[in-house]
Amino acid sequence: MEISLLSIFYLVGSVTFIIGLKMLSHPETARKGNLIAAVGMALAIFGTIFLYKDGDKGLHNYAWIFAALAIGTLVGTIAAKKVKMTAMPEMVSLFNGMGGACAALISVIEFQHNFRFSDTPGWHTTIGISIGTLLTIFAGLIIGSISFAGSIIAWGKLNGSIKDFSFKGQQITNIILFLGILVVSGYLIAFLNFNNYYLFYVVLVAALVYGVLFVLPIGGADMPVVISLLNSFTGVAAACGGFLYNNQVMLTGGILVGAAGTLLTILMCKAMNRSLLNVLIGSFGGNAAGNTQQSIQGSFKEISLSDAAVCMAYANKVIIVPGYGLAVAQAQHVCHELEKLLEDKGVEVSYAIHPVAGRMPGHMNVLLAEADVNYDKLQEMEQANDQFKNTDVVLVLGANDVVNPAAKNDPASPIYGMPILEVELAKTVIVNKRSMKPGYAGIENALFFQPKTSMLFGDAKAALQKLVAEIKTV
Amino acid sequence: MQTILDWISAHNAIIYIVILMIFLGIEVISRVPSVLHTPLMSGANAIHGVVIIGAIIVMGRAESDNYIALILGFLAVILGTLNVVGGFVVTDRMLEMFKKKK
Repeated sequence: MEISLLSIFYLVGSVTFIIGLKMLSHPETARKGNLIAAVGMALAIFGTIFLYKDGDKGLHNYAWIFAALAIGTLVGTIAAKKVKMTAMPEMVSLFNGMGGACAALISVIEFQHNFRFSDTPGWHTTIGISIGTLLTIFAGLIIGSISFAGSIIAWGKLNGSIKDFSFKGQQITNIILFLGILVVSGYLIAFLNFNNYYLFYVVLVAALVYGVLFVLPIGGADMPVVISLLNSFTGVAAACGGFLYNNQVMLTGGILVGAAGTLLTILMCKAMNRSLLNVLIGSFGGNAAGNTQQSIQGSFKEISLSDAAVCMAYANKVIIVPGYGLAVAQAQHVCHELEKLLEDKGVEVSYAIHPVAGRMPGHMNVLLAEADVNYDKLQEMEQANDQFKNTDVVLVLGANDVVNPAAKNDPASPIYGMPILEVELAKTVIVNKRSMKPGYAGIENALFFQPKTSMLFGDAKAALQKLVAEIKTV
Repeated sequence: MQTILDWISAHNAIIYIVILMIFLGIEVISRVPSVLHTPLMSGANAIHGVVIIGAIIVMGRAESDNYIALILGFLAVILGTLNVVGGFVVTDRMLEMFKKKK
């Protein structure tokens, strides 16, 4: 009775995940979809706690389970409520890492459970472990650990506490390490015994190290791709648990996310016109500084605030190109203020959003939505590119690589081929940046040296506040 | 070889689920507009938190004197809960802002 009730709970849970993901694909139904998936998840979790039967026994250790659930819920809710919108990508990365760690821990415990320490001298295995079980334990361990370590590095990179790092021969080291993990795991799966069981923990450590080395050299600009990839890894790790316990809801949820995450990763790579392999082993953020690409020399001109204000106030059409600089400076609210002010003066204002602007696809949309910017004002890249030639002023706010013309006309550039916002078609381009330092991809931007481009240096928020004040007096 | 074949036939239904879910996952996400990519990634992130069920099972059947399993399981349930609860709450916060516009 309980078991069949539980399988119905799992069925409902699986269906809510699918419906939830589907509803997440429309702005009107997205929030409801998230809620439906959450309800399904709650059903699956509490169903498991109260109805799961191991043989003919129910679960025990309820005090431990509920204490852990309470701690996790409390910390998770507070962290999720407190996080700033700009820090959203690293938060997702961190939560993803938690899931990976959870999957890896399950494998560790299951390994122990199946191959357990006894008080009597020596070791004994409770039962012969089937190869299938061992295979899923190892897969969960390796994928979960890589996802955990990688997510933590991605988190550190996005919040700036970990810098890009690579050493000579890193790719070879990574490949050897990964092959080593596979070989040792394969050996253990085939010949596990009392004398070599400790290699399991060697695999665990090696997988963690691999996760770190895997993400470390990848440039910050590629972090969204990496997070998306690690997200799908964790999905697969969760599915390994589904195999282990013959649990349909874990399997459905895990594989669903694994497949969807992989596709999302590929879509993101496409937006940057690169292959996944190129992102993963190219690590251009790390070595671009040392390559032979010619540096662009020339002079750039600065624009004063009052000139910029006049220029924008008397324009017919202004397009704002937001980038990560806007996010870092928390300038989305004052940006919206600028937009309203210009609209009051009869200027047509819209936003051009590059698919990989910010640190994640859709990141800019989320940020601008937070500042109450109207949905209809956000234009995707193709739309915006058609309009730049009729635009008087383009205001680039802390974006760099996504407006770099080198992507179109310099085959030597590491970002050559990436679709960009063609802001140089507009009559005037005003670029707000903190300094002339290159962007995340570590390459110079010829746009800044073009005659129609003027630079407005300063933190995006401070500069915009002054600009707003200045426009009010025009 | 025989054991692998046995394992496959014993888990036939599960293998079907895996294959169908791969196609479904791709199908479902391919219609998502790029503006919703971050919330979607976050939502998917919350859904793979379903791994917590494995943690609960591990925890719930650990012998009361197996302290290693209890402590690791306890940790796993906390981490899994963080993934699930944090994931859904963050996604909801993002989508809440979209909703005001409509």
